[in-house]
Amino acid sequence: MALCMRKSPKLINHLKYRMGLFDMITPSSWNSTSSHHQEFPVTAPIAHTLGNPDADLSVKATLFSACRFKSTKPEKQLNSLNDADDNKVLDFPGGKVRFSPKMTFISESPEERTQCYRVLDDNGQLILGSNLVQVGKELAVKMYTDMITLQTMDTLFYEAQRQGRISFYLTTIGEEAINIATAAALTADDHVFPQYREPGVLLWRGFTLQEFANQCFVNKADHGKGRQMPIHYGSNKHNYFTVSSTIATQLPHAVGAAYALKMDRKDACAVTYFGDGGSSEGDFHAALNFAAVLEAPVIFICRNNGWAISTPTSDQFRSDGVVVRGSAYGVRSIRVDGNDALAIYGAVHAAHKMAITEHRPILIEALTYRVGHHSTSDDSTKYRSVDEIEWWKLAQDPVTRFRKWIESKDWWSSEAESEFRSSVRQQLLHAIQVAEKAEKPPVADIFTDVYDAPPSNLHEQEKLLRETIRRHPRDYPSDVPA
Amino acid sequence: MLGIIRQKVGAGGASLLRTRSAVSALRSYSSAGKEMTVRDALNSALDEEMSADPKVFLMGEEVGEYQGAYKISKGLLEKYGPERVLDTPITEAGFTGIGVGAAYHGLRPVVEFMTFNFSMQAIDHIINSAAKSNYMSAGQISVPIVFRGPNGAAAGVGAQHSHCYASWYASCPGLKVLTPYSSEDARGLLKAAIRDPDPVVFLENELLYGESFPVSAEVLDSSFCLPIGKAKIEREGKDVTITAFSKMVGYALKAAEILAKEGISAEVINLRTIRPLDRSTINASVRKTNRLITVEEGFPQHGVGAEICTSVVEESFGYLDAPVERITGADVPMPYAANLERLAVPQVEDIVRAAKRACYRSVPMAAAA
Repeated sequence: MALCMRKSPKLINHLKYRMGLFDMITPSSWNSTSSHHQEFPVTAPIAHTLGNPDADLSVKATLFSACRFKSTKPEKQLNSLNDADDNKVLDFPGGKVRFSPKMTFISESPEERTQCYRVLDDNGQLILGSNLVQVGKELAVKMYTDMITLQTMDTLFYEAQRQGRISFYLTTIGEEAINIATAAALTADDHVFPQYREPGVLLWRGFTLQEFANQCFVNKADHGKGRQMPIHYGSNKHNYFTVSSTIATQLPHAVGAAYALKMDRKDACAVTYFGDGGSSEGDFHAALNFAAVLEAPVIFICRNNGWAISTPTSDQFRSDGVVVRGSAYGVRSIRVDGNDALAIYGAVHAAHKMAITEHRPILIEALTYRVGHHSTSDDSTKYRSVDEIEWWKLAQDPVTRFRKWIESKDWWSSEAESEFRSSVRQQLLHAIQVAEKAEKPPVADIFTDVYDAPPSNLHEQEKLLRETIRRHPRDYPSDVPA
Repeated sequence: MLGIIRQKVGAGGASLLRTRSAVSALRSYSSAGKEMTVRDALNSALDEEMSADPKVFLMGEEVGEYQGAYKISKGLLEKYGPERVLDTPITEAGFTGIGVGAAYHGLRPVVEFMTFNFSMQAIDHIINSAAKSNYMSAGQISVPIVFRGPNGAAAGVGAQHSHCYASWYASCPGLKVLTPYSSEDARGLLKAAIRDPDPVVFLENELLYGESFPVSAEVLDSSFCLPIGKAKIEREGKDVTITAFSKMVGYALKAAEILAKEGISAEVINLRTIRPLDRSTINASVRKTNRLITVEEGFPQHGVGAEICTSVVEESFGYLDAPVERITGADVPMPYAANLERLAVPQVEDIVRAAKRACYRSVPMAAAA
């Protein structure tokens, strides 16, 4: 302490303030300060103050020093000393930090939750004073028609599962705006790392209805060669990474890919989707932390739809949703109305620019509601009220809200609506029929792609399998092409 | 540091040269009898592959500024910069996932685990993201990633730092698993791993890092590469086959020396690759010697030896003159006390005794009980 005093006159001033002896001690007499220090009984009054849990310690300390020493300092003067006095800042590893004598805990929950960006009201009317990214007619109509297509696809495939024609399906009912509007704001070069409730992004990019059907019905034309369950779509051509069942593993993948894009100096970013449940995984923490440290151009889009299968968000986390976690990692974040397609479009559009030009990650939390069941393996009426589901389905439907907006611009009509809906329904039914009748994947597809080039043991296994099928054809299904 | 250098200078000029990077040191050696430590072999392989392909980058804890927890990546940060040698936060799950993501996009990451014990925190990404992606995506997503680091027992590091993961990773289709022994193995196999389009688990050994092995001019060439899936016959013999990998190869060779003095000619196979296992070399050898001992440091159940034994029973049963014996680590988490640790891992004497049992030179263990 003595050495420090010699080096820094500012520190001397600080000590003088603490002892309330500002006017009384001059730098030349600092040696006497230490002896002064010993004269005053320090321990007893402090103990008294600490013993009282209700004590406002800073006030007590002020009064205490005022009482201890002869001079008295009004509080106003002390504050100004604080501000002017930059002894109160220390350059710790990690940067400068300002000290405070007030013991304050950061509250576990804010007084007001982070606000939610929306530009269309419940009736699809533009809210006055909204800052909005303009969407032209062509784009808006494509957005709307893709939302209808997604809705219709979900309905028909869900029914197909219920009829036993496919084994599994999961819908995006209630989240059509997130699916389509985010895709609309991205470019074809942006790499998408989906969870599993984002087929709309693939739809937007040009994956055909037939291709969707082929994957669900697992036929020879399936791009996935029959390797995965339904809804595990993937397409290299569309920069949409194959859906993987494990939750949140795609988050660090997206950061790695974003880093690669940055190294290649591409004018593109990585985009990854996850739900409120996925944000609890360790991978979420690692991905956001890394993205900030690596300065990776990645957009994290959280579909906070209130439910992780049967777990409501109140059992998932106690933070103010997912958006507040961004700042904990040094990631710029925004909360958006997930049922407002225009707001989502605007937020993603802005995020895209920031991510690429500033080399930074962005976190977007889209608040919405999972109207459908988690999947065909779930009956959500078992853990939530039917009234709740119905309310969200009718009052907050993103598709209806957007329809009202484009109709108010005279870009759409009810004739167009019924025409389009019946047309897309026909196309989907046709695609399903074709997919169902098509041949199943060949036996050779069991053994390829395990490695880049099949090793000898797999060649042998394939030979053995074909031999066995040839010898015992009755033990094998007739629709297995050899 | 200076004190050490002064001592080395006193010992002779050649020792001083070793303190520099492997490549420059070797250039100043005279022609015959070059030696290289496994550490330098790995370092030079990484250096050469990073130099040849700008997509190769190294990532892990302490690989940059610290020069590598075991100094394997010494000098690389200085040479290639922080964009290609990344010091990561402490999250194996995180950086493994990020490495896989980078590989999905077309980069060629080399992910270092401080030890493979810590890879347990990332095993989901290794198995579910790396190993299976090419298959699940029907060939659309390839993952040219290398996971490397020390594996198995070191000395006095206890249960959570001594586990051998060879059989864990080797059971998973989609992965390739390599286990180098000598410096030649280290160089050739690491280069092959980095160039391979599939995910490779590269299991090194901490105690081998400091060991020196002779290397030929061919091995030192920057295009040198060893084939994955091919075992090496380190020592030819005719009476009994001993398979081993990593550090146990050294033990097996010592055992073979001792056995030779007693008239037993042992053939030692350095597996080099655990997946895909070189079943043809192993079986060809057993068909010649008719007896087999497998040696590994890891736990016995579902271990590498179990797989080798099954392969031989499936393909060469008629050729066996004695039951196959596996020498493995004890079926307990590794104890720390030095005397207990010694008892928990295979020793040269264990291999010698097993070979003798296979050759009916001593009473079988079951009969003696």
